[in-house]
Amino acid sequence: MFHRIRALIIKELLALLRDKKGRMVLIVPPLMQLFMFSFAATQEVKNQTLAILNLDRGQPALTLEQDFTAATTFSRVIHLQRSEEIPAVINEQQAIAVLWIPPNFSRDLEHGQTAQASFILDGRKTNAAQIIQGYAGRIIDRYRTRLADKGQQSGINIVARNWFNPNLDFRWFTVPSLVCILTTVIGLIVTGLSVAREREMGTFEQLLVSPLHPLEILVGKALPALLIAMLEGSLIVVVGVLLLRVPFNGSLPLLFGSMAVFLLAIIGVGLFVSSLSMTQQQAVLGVFMFLVPATILSGFASPIENMPHWLQTISYANPLRYFMTIVRGIFLKDVPVAVVWAQTWPMAIIACVTLSMATWLFKKRME
Amino acid sequence: MSNRLRRMSALIRKEFAQIRHDPSSLMIAFVLPVILLFLYGFGVSLDAREIKIGVALQDQGKDADSLTAAFLASPYFQAHISRDEQLLEQELVAGRLRGLVVIPMDFSRQVEKDGASAVLQVIADGSEANTANYVQNYAQGVVNTWWAMRQRNHAVWDQHGAQLATRIWFNPELESRNSLIPGALAIIMAIIGTLLTALVVAREWERGTMEALMATPVAISELIIGKLLPYFILGMMAMLGSVAISVTLFDLPFRGSLPALLLSCGAFLLAALGQGLLISSASKNQFIAAMIALITGFLPAFLLSGFIFEIASMPPVIRALTHIIPARYLVTNLQTLFLVGDVWSLLLPNIGILLLLAAVLFFLTARKTVKRLR
Amino acid sequence: MANESLVIEDLTYGYGKHLPLALSALSATIRPGIVTGLVGPDGAGKTTLMRLMTALLLPSSGLLTVFGLDTCSNASQLHEIIGYMPQKFGLYEDLSVIQNLCLYADLRNVTTTDRRQVFARLLAFTGLESFQQRLAGRLSGGMKQKLGLACALIRKPRLLLLDEPSVGVDPVSRRELWRMVEELVDEETAVIWSTAYLDEAERCQDVLLLDEGRLIFSGPPQNLSERVADRCFQIQGISGNRRQVLARALQQQEVQDGIVQGQNIRIVLRAGHGQPALSVLDAGSEARLTPVVPRFEDAYIDTLGGGPGGTSLLAAAMTSLPRNRDVIVEAEGLTKRFGSFTAADDVSFTIRRGEIFGLLGPNGAGKSTTFKMMCGLLRPTSGTGRVVGLDLQKAPGKARSRLGYMAQKFSLYGDLSPRQNLDFFSGVYGLTGAHQKETVARMIDIFGLTPHLTNSAKDLPIGFKQRLALACSVMHEPAVLFLDEPTSGVDPLTRREFWTHINGLVEQGVTVLVTTHFMDEAEYCDRIGLIYRGRMIASGPPDELKTQTRSPQIPDPTLEEAFITLLQQWDAKHEEAP
Repeated sequence: MFHRIRALIIKELLALLRDKKGRMVLIVPPLMQLFMFSFAATQEVKNQTLAILNLDRGQPALTLEQDFTAATTFSRVIHLQRSEEIPAVINEQQAIAVLWIPPNFSRDLEHGQTAQASFILDGRKTNAAQIIQGYAGRIIDRYRTRLADKGQQSGINIVARNWFNPNLDFRWFTVPSLVCILTTVIGLIVTGLSVAREREMGTFEQLLVSPLHPLEILVGKALPALLIAMLEGSLIVVVGVLLLRVPFNGSLPLLFGSMAVFLLAIIGVGLFVSSLSMTQQQAVLGVFMFLVPATILSGFASPIENMPHWLQTISYANPLRYFMTIVRGIFLKDVPVAVVWAQTWPMAIIACVTLSMATWLFKKRME
Repeated sequence: MSNRLRRMSALIRKEFAQIRHDPSSLMIAFVLPVILLFLYGFGVSLDAREIKIGVALQDQGKDADSLTAAFLASPYFQAHISRDEQLLEQELVAGRLRGLVVIPMDFSRQVEKDGASAVLQVIADGSEANTANYVQNYAQGVVNTWWAMRQRNHAVWDQHGAQLATRIWFNPELESRNSLIPGALAIIMAIIGTLLTALVVAREWERGTMEALMATPVAISELIIGKLLPYFILGMMAMLGSVAISVTLFDLPFRGSLPALLLSCGAFLLAALGQGLLISSASKNQFIAAMIALITGFLPAFLLSGFIFEIASMPPVIRALTHIIPARYLVTNLQTLFLVGDVWSLLLPNIGILLLLAAVLFFLTARKTVKRLR
Repeated sequence: MANESLVIEDLTYGYGKHLPLALSALSATIRPGIVTGLVGPDGAGKTTLMRLMTALLLPSSGLLTVFGLDTCSNASQLHEIIGYMPQKFGLYEDLSVIQNLCLYADLRNVTTTDRRQVFARLLAFTGLESFQQRLAGRLSGGMKQKLGLACALIRKPRLLLLDEPSVGVDPVSRRELWRMVEELVDEETAVIWSTAYLDEAERCQDVLLLDEGRLIFSGPPQNLSERVADRCFQIQGISGNRRQVLARALQQQEVQDGIVQGQNIRIVLRAGHGQPALSVLDAGSEARLTPVVPRFEDAYIDTLGGGPGGTSLLAAAMTSLPRNRDVIVEAEGLTKRFGSFTAADDVSFTIRRGEIFGLLGPNGAGKSTTFKMMCGLLRPTSGTGRVVGLDLQKAPGKARSRLGYMAQKFSLYGDLSPRQNLDFFSGVYGLTGAHQKETVARMIDIFGLTPHLTNSAKDLPIGFKQRLALACSVMHEPAVLFLDEPTSGVDPLTRREFWTHINGLVEQGVTVLVTTHFMDEAEYCDRIGLIYRGRMIASGPPDELKTQTRSPQIPDPTLEEAFITLLQQWDAKHEEAP
C-alpha cells in the first residue's frame, strides 16, 4: 500500500511540476500577488489632497491652516477663494476634505468666544474619511492646547504604544495574511482541478481499474497538494521576511504544524469540489465560489468583530479565520502553544468534516 | 432580415441557450453576485464598533473610576476591566483583545495635581494595523471628552476657543457598505466580463466548435459581436439586479440617474469584455485563460480599484498602474452615482477613459483574431 | 476547369521553424462528382491539408484553389460554398439537435422558408427525427457523426470536407454515413473523406495517400492494389493454432505481411519471391494457399515497406501462465439500469484462458456498459462479473491487480515522460525495488522507447503512444487484458504491431477481452459476442457468425455483413412479436 501511494504522489508531483507552464502557474502568480498586495493593499491614508478656504487674515487662522498643511496625511493642498467652490472640489474628488475657516475666526478667538472652523469630508471614501476625521480631531486638540492660557490645564498625557508593530506598518499585517490566502489558493487549485483534469484526460478510468483503493487515490491526491502548498507557504514566508522585511518572531514548527492541519481542511474542500465537477471549468468556478466568501469572512479585508453576530457564527466554519489568527500571531506576537492550539483544534474538526465529505462524494461519484 | 443580422442573432441565441444549460455560468452570473452583495452588505464593515479592549485599572481613585466609566460607556469599545495587567496582556497576545488602556497607580493623584503630569498608556495590537489605528484614535477621543467634562465640572474649562465642526457629506454615518457595495458591483462585472468570457471562448477552441464556425460564411466581426452581446446583456442584468438588491435590501441611497448608471456600467463592461476576448485570443486553453483572467481582471478589480484600499496611499508605480485598470473608473462612478448624484464633470471623463480602454482592447483583439487557426 | 474542383500546386506547410514540414511540395487535383479519399498514417498531414482547403490555415508556399477561388484571397467566398466537418464534429454538446441545426442554418444563410424543407430532408436522411430535442452531447457516437454531417450539409456545399468521420462509429452507422455522402455526390459536388481505415479508402473513386507530409500515391485505389495483384493469398483449412501459424508465416522470407481473418490467415508475398512452403508453417495437413483479391490495405502496407515481424519480444519476456482451459473471465447475468433505461440486460459470457473474446455492437447498444462492468468501472444493478474467480465487487483490489486495461483514447499522463509513466503504473500495480526497475528497463528495451525517454508522453508519435499504453498495462503480467477499442483511428502498420504483441501474449496464456468497431480487429478474436439493445444477441467464432448469416443474396458474407444481418434479423423478430 505504501508503495502504491508513493507512486501516486510522485506521479502527481511530476504532473504538476514537470511542465514548465505548470511550474510557472504555481510560482509566478502567487509571487505577483504577494508583491502587488503587500504594496497596494494598505489601509493607511497618505498622499491625500486637502482643500483650504481661509477667509480670515488673522494669525490664529494662519496657524490653524499651517497645522493642517503640516500633517503628513496631506501631501497636496488646494487653496480656494470662495465658498461656492467647495461643492465642486468635493464632488469631483479633487480633494478628500475641505478646511473652511470663516472670516471672524481670529476675532472670535481673541474675544474669547467660540471660534468655529468647518471640516468637510467626502463620505464616499468611508475608511479614509474616518481616519482623517480622527487626525483632524487631534490637530485641533493640539492647536487648542497650544493656544490655551497658562491658567488652563492641558489634557492628559497619553502614551500611545502599538505592540508587535510599533509603526503600524500595514505590510506587517498584509504579508502574514497573504501567507494564509495564497496557501489556500494553491491548496484549492491543485486539488480542485486534479480529479476534474484526470476525468477530462481519461486517465481517471485508468486509475480506477488499477488495484488502488479509492482512499489510496484520495491520499495520493491530498499529500502532494499538502506538500506543494506547504512549500509555497514557506516560499512566501521567506520572501516576506527577507525581501519585504516583515519580522518573524514566533516558532517555525508551530507555524508548519498548524499549516498542515489547515491545509488538510482546505484540501478536503478542494477534493470535494473536484469530485463534484465534471470539467475543469466547473472546478475553477467551484473553487472560486468557495474562495471569495472564505477570504471575505477571514478577517483579512475587515475584522471579524465588525461583522453582525450571525455572520460571525458562520465564520466559525471557515478554516481561514483560525489560520489567519495563528499566522499573524506567530509572525508578530510569538504566541504561546496554548494560543495556537486554541485555534488549531477547530481547524482539525473542520478538516475531518471536509475530508470525510470529499471521500463520501468521491466514492459516490466513482461510477 | 439581412444575412449578417441573421447570423449574428443565431450566434447570440446559441450563446444564451448554452448559458441556460450550464449551471456553472449561471452560478457565476446570478448566485455569486448575491453572495458577494450579502457579504459586503453585512460582512465587510470597516466601521469599527465595540472593539474589545482591556482597561488595566491599577488606581482606586475617583478620577480613575470615572475614566473607566467613560471607556465602558463608549460605543466604540467593549471594555473589560481588570486589575491584573499581565492577564490582560496575555489576552492581547492571544488576540482576544485589540487594545489595552493602562491607568497607572497614582493616576488620580496626578490628575488632581496637574493633567499634564498624569500619564496614561494606550497599547494597541499592531498586528492588525488598521484596528490599532482606530483604537488609538478612539481612546484619545474618549480621554479628551472625559477631560473636557471633568474640567467643565470643575469650571476651569473655557467652553469657548477653537472648535472644529466636522461634516461628512453624502454619507454622514460613514456606513462603509455605502462605499463597498459599489466596489462589489465592479468585481461582479469584472468576473462576468473577463473571467466568464475568457473561459467560454477558450472552451470553443478546446471543443473544436470554433473550427467549425470558422469554416462557415460567418465574419470575424459577427463572431466577436455574437460573443460580446450575450455577456454584455448578462453583465448588465447581473448589475441591475445587484443595484436593485443594494437599494431595497441594504438601504443604499441611489442619487444618480438610470442613464448615467447604464452608461458607466456599459462602458466598463465593454472594456472588461474586450479584456476577456483578448485573453482568450491569446490563450486557447481554459486553465491558462482562467489564470490570466484572475490575475489581470479579478485581482485588480479587487485590489487596485480603490474600493477597499486607498489608491493615493499606494507607491507611485502601482498608482500609475491603476490608471489602466477599468475597475478604478467604474468604482468612482458607482460611488458617486449611489451617494452623490449625476456629477457629469466627474462621470463623463471616466466614461470617456473606459471607452478609450475598450477601444484599445478591441483594436488589439481584432488585430490578433483573424479567421484562421493560427 | 469543369472537372477540377480543387487544384493543389506545390503546396507546403510548416507549423514552426524547428518542426518538420507538415506538408511538403504537394500537387494534386480533385474532381467533382466523386468521393476522394484522403488516407495515410496518423501525423501524415491529413488534417493540415483539410484545414488548408478550408482556408483556416494559409499555405507557407504554393497555391490552393477551390472552384477557382484562391484560399489566400477569397476565403470569404470560399466559406460560402464549402461544408466542413472537423474531427471533433463541431457540434455544441450542450445544445439540442434542432438547436444545432438552426444555428448552422442561420450561419449558412438558409432562410426560414427553405428551412422547413431542408430540416425535414436532413432529419429523415439522418434518422434523427425522433431525437430533435435531445442534447447533442447525449447522442451516441454514430448519431453525433450523422448530426455533424447534417450540419455540414445544411446548404448543399460544392465542396464537402469530412475529417475522419468514421472514427469510433459502428459498421451500421458507417454504412449509413457512406450512403448519405454517396447520395449527395453529383456533377457539381466534390467530397473529400479523410480516414485511417483503408477499407473505406477502397470505396473512394480517387485516393490521395499521404505519408510524412508527402503525397506518395494519387489515383483510383485499384491502381495501387494492382501492385500486389498476384501476391495475396489466404491460408485456409488451418487445423493447428492459427496465431502460431501466423507468427511462423511472418518469419518466412517470402511473406511480407499477414493478418488473421477468422480461422484463416491472409498473407501478402514479397515481390519477386515464390510461395512459402506450407510444411514449414505447420498449419496441418488440410492447409492450402488460395489466391485472393488484393485489397487496398495490402498495397498500402507494401508501399510502406511491409509490416512488422511476427514475434513479440514482449510475450517472450513474460512468464507464461499455466496451460489449462480454466474459465478466467465470467459475466453472469450482468444488468445495468440507469433510471428507467436498461443499458445492459442479463448479459452472460465466459472466456477461457488464452482466448480472445470480442464485444461488438452498434454505438449505444450497451457494449461499453458491459465492458465497464467487467473491469469494475461500473457497479452492475444485478449479476456478477468475475475475473480469475474473484468477484469484482467483493474483492475489487485483488481482482483489479490481475487485470490490465487499455483505454480507447490515449489515457496516460501526457505531461509525464514515458519512463515516469512506466514508473507510475508499475508502482501502482505493486511492483517494487529491483523487480520494478528491471521491468521498466525491459519495457523500454522491448518497445524501443529509448530515443523518446525525455519527451512528454503526449508529444510521442501515435505509434509510440500505443506501445507505451500497452507497456503500462502489462508490466504487472496480468492474467487478463481488457482492451477498449485499442486501435481506433490508428493506422494499419501500428495496428499490426499491436496485434503481434497481443497474439504473443495470448500464446503465453493471457486472456483478452476486446471491444471494437473495426472488423479487421474482430477477425483476430476467437469468439465474438454481439451486443444489441442491451442484450447479447449472438456469440461464437467469427467464421461461425458468417456461416450463420449466409443467404442466397450474400453467399459469402464478410464479418461486417454478418454483423448487419444479425442486427436486422433480431429487429425483424422483435417487431413481429411485440
